[in-house]
Amino acid sequence: MKKIHILYTGLLMMVCLMAEAQTPKGNVLIKNATVLTVTNGTLENTDVLVENGVIKRIGTNLSASNVETIDASGKYLMPGIIDAHSHVALDAVNEATSPITSEVKMADVVNPYDIGLYRALAGGVTVSHAMHGSANAIGGENITLKHRYGSGNPEDLYMKEAPRTIKFALGENPTRVHGRGNGNQPRTRMGVEAVIRNGFNEAIQYQKAWKAYDEAKKVKGATPIPPKYDTRLQTLADILDGKVIIHCHSYRADEIYALINTCREFGITNIVFSHVNEGFKVAPELAEYTMGASVFADWWAYKFEVYYSTAYNAAILTENGVITSINSDSGELIRHLYHEAGKAQRYGELDDEQTLALITINPAKQLGIAEKVGSIEEGKQADLVIFDEHPLSVYAIPQMTFVDGVKYFDINDDMDDMRLKVSAAETVEPIFLKEHDHKCMHGVDFYFTNFGRNLFDHGH
Amino acid sequence: MLENKELKMKKIYKLLYTLTILLLPVMAQAQFDGEFIKPRNGKFLLQNATIVTVTNGTIENGSVLIENGKISAVGRNVSPGDAEVIDCSGHYIYPGMFDGGSRLGLVEVGSLAETQDYAEVGSVSPNMQAIVAVNPNSVAIPVTRVSGVTTTLAVPSGGLFPGTAALINLNGYTSDQMYAGFKGVVLNFPSSARRSTWDRRSDEDIKKESETAQKTLNEIWGRAVNYHKLKSAGAELQFYPEMEQLAKVIAGELPLLVEVNAAADIEAAIEWIQSKEVNAILTGVAEGWRVAEKIAEAKLPVVVGPMLSIPTRQSDRFDAAYTNPGKMAKAGVKVVIRTNDAENTRNLPFNAGFAAAYGMGKEEALKAVTINAAEVFGVADKMGSIEEGKDATLFVSTGDPFETKTQIRHVFIDGYRVPMSNRHIKLYQEFLERSPGLEKN
Repeated sequence: MKKIHILYTGLLMMVCLMAEAQTPKGNVLIKNATVLTVTNGTLENTDVLVENGVIKRIGTNLSASNVETIDASGKYLMPGIIDAHSHVALDAVNEATSPITSEVKMADVVNPYDIGLYRALAGGVTVSHAMHGSANAIGGENITLKHRYGSGNPEDLYMKEAPRTIKFALGENPTRVHGRGNGNQPRTRMGVEAVIRNGFNEAIQYQKAWKAYDEAKKVKGATPIPPKYDTRLQTLADILDGKVIIHCHSYRADEIYALINTCREFGITNIVFSHVNEGFKVAPELAEYTMGASVFADWWAYKFEVYYSTAYNAAILTENGVITSINSDSGELIRHLYHEAGKAQRYGELDDEQTLALITINPAKQLGIAEKVGSIEEGKQADLVIFDEHPLSVYAIPQMTFVDGVKYFDINDDMDDMRLKVSAAETVEPIFLKEHDHKCMHGVDFYFTNFGRNLFDHGH
Repeated sequence: MLENKELKMKKIYKLLYTLTILLLPVMAQAQFDGEFIKPRNGKFLLQNATIVTVTNGTIENGSVLIENGKISAVGRNVSPGDAEVIDCSGHYIYPGMFDGGSRLGLVEVGSLAETQDYAEVGSVSPNMQAIVAVNPNSVAIPVTRVSGVTTTLAVPSGGLFPGTAALINLNGYTSDQMYAGFKGVVLNFPSSARRSTWDRRSDEDIKKESETAQKTLNEIWGRAVNYHKLKSAGAELQFYPEMEQLAKVIAGELPLLVEVNAAADIEAAIEWIQSKEVNAILTGVAEGWRVAEKIAEAKLPVVVGPMLSIPTRQSDRFDAAYTNPGKMAKAGVKVVIRTNDAENTRNLPFNAGFAAAYGMGKEEALKAVTINAAEVFGVADKMGSIEEGKDATLFVSTGDPFETKTQIRHVFIDGYRVPMSNRHIKLYQEFLERSPGLEKN
């Protein structure tokens, strides 16, 4: 009887633990690697000990019992790669029904079965910023994901420590969708600026109404009527209060500068510009007033607003002191961000540390998670990648990828078919001859039939 | 007195400052070889380089003499004569790289229909000539050639027979000056594949559509065969430019570039090509690795790429596209690499680098962008390697051109030394240290 009782208690405890939805945390000892710490230089022949998902020690001759030991002699260990602009694992991207849709959340549409997650892991990417699309001047809230591929629960992928972020978009996309597509403001860059400004001003009114209500409540015996709760305005108010980081799709220098000015006027400093192809033209301003720029390595000329671009963008921004990252915005590029970053050495000859920062500590800063990830430091989460050659070499091949010390990719243990779920309705497997992998405008393409055959080539 | 001294010092500082400012652009430009703004013809000796000939091994401390647009000497002891000597100590010389399929020059801004000159109206238009629509002044051309990509196949797209592709060198002000001696008629072989998850057709509709397309192809081909037969027999024929062009393929004057990607379609295309006894090159070939032996057996060369693309099937290994060219090469297929890009054709060497890393090996990957391309396009007598008598289309680099950080120092196309500058570089020079900076004064 007693035994049964103990068993019962044990079971109950297990159930409780499971209910807490702990994501897996691993223990591992990686020996003799060339450790690219990013924040603390390169350490030759160094061991990294991971305990319970956290980097416990970095040193030489480390040992630990009952822990998987990996010999990384001749190999390179770098922090897990972070993609500051992605649409991976999202079932929907654009709520293109209004120029402001700050009430929607990408957390609601995370698809943990997306094979793109595994492919990203195979490219060493451990964290991605899954974003709303660029159809609206102010889009929805994004979600920062850790690539814990294998769970069927979307919440297991959330990086819970990451602060809230929201998508903004300037230029051709919002003006095309709302102005030219639907005949609503904004049709021009004047309109985009006005939509954002009006949104912030409305949020201030909303804040005032709530403040007035809170004051009125304090009067003894008073029964004031509360203002109507509005998620859209509340989110904008949270931006004004510095609780949400803006990640703004942008290309031209003038529109970037205009939003910098708007933000300064409203006291907003938490803003990162994304794509930002002409960021190099306002690099001093980006350095002074923003959390930086997240760019493509070399994409240009796919639409008019990126015609006057340069592949030297990342180098110019970095040399001007802008926190700069390289992102994918693509299910293809996310698989080789280490190579995309390397292009800042072809175009601008950045050194190894500056270049690796583009895909590690810098995007971590832009997502507000630099205390947790983005470098190899004791106490940080053990998101790590082992490469056979220096990761900035075109010949480098990722060998193993860890998230929270748990190995999610091992090239020597890679089965061909890594899908978690196969649709029963699928009798003939689709063959992706032209992948619709650039998803910034996903869900709004039907507005633009005049794009013809090129429709799916570049949609960001 | 003191004031005077201060004034003097101020003047000296001012002078020094002015000098520095004046010299800065020169210093900045030197890095990009900006001493000249237009391509320059002449006699050049590239001295003391490691010459990667591709066809005859590697020559250490060698020199290449360029005269009258040709490579007139290669080796250890080449005397400069009156040639302009360019010191290449510590640097490498490679033959210019070919992109086996690109839209470079056929489109200026991707999304703007006004600048899209690669897809004509109608499904059967083999007589559309890509060469006439290549814009020699496209901003993307100098952006591309400073990467060492000197030669591209300009390919039209869309429909069944979208037009005739042409090989171009990335230097010249007219289509004739750019033309590099190869043309091929493009056939988009009917596809039986579901295109992606957004392809909402039923399995039955896909099958039906594919069968209809196949029937249409055979009908058109039959017509072309008749046209050719009648023409060869001396018959007076009505002006029929589409058939006129296809008849050239049937006569063996032009090869067919057969764009085909899904494994089942590749097999069907091989069968079709053999039954029609047509001279063909397979292009795209995304699933070539699935049927590599069959392609090798059919002795068909392939133009494959881009490597930097996702696997065709969700069930495929993550690296299926990276390993594709290597697997085909191992099976004995002659492989050429393409980007299938336009403005980023400069990524060709990186596509080759990925192919090399994922099984093809560096040597074979280098061949795939040089001599193999020259052979497949029938221009190996004058291009594709560093050999005496060949066109002086080559480049000088600080190292392996596939390696991301390598810098390309000089590019020669048909003996012309091209400026190592373009809009991307000019913007870098202007904006690295913007003036005014944050404050105007």
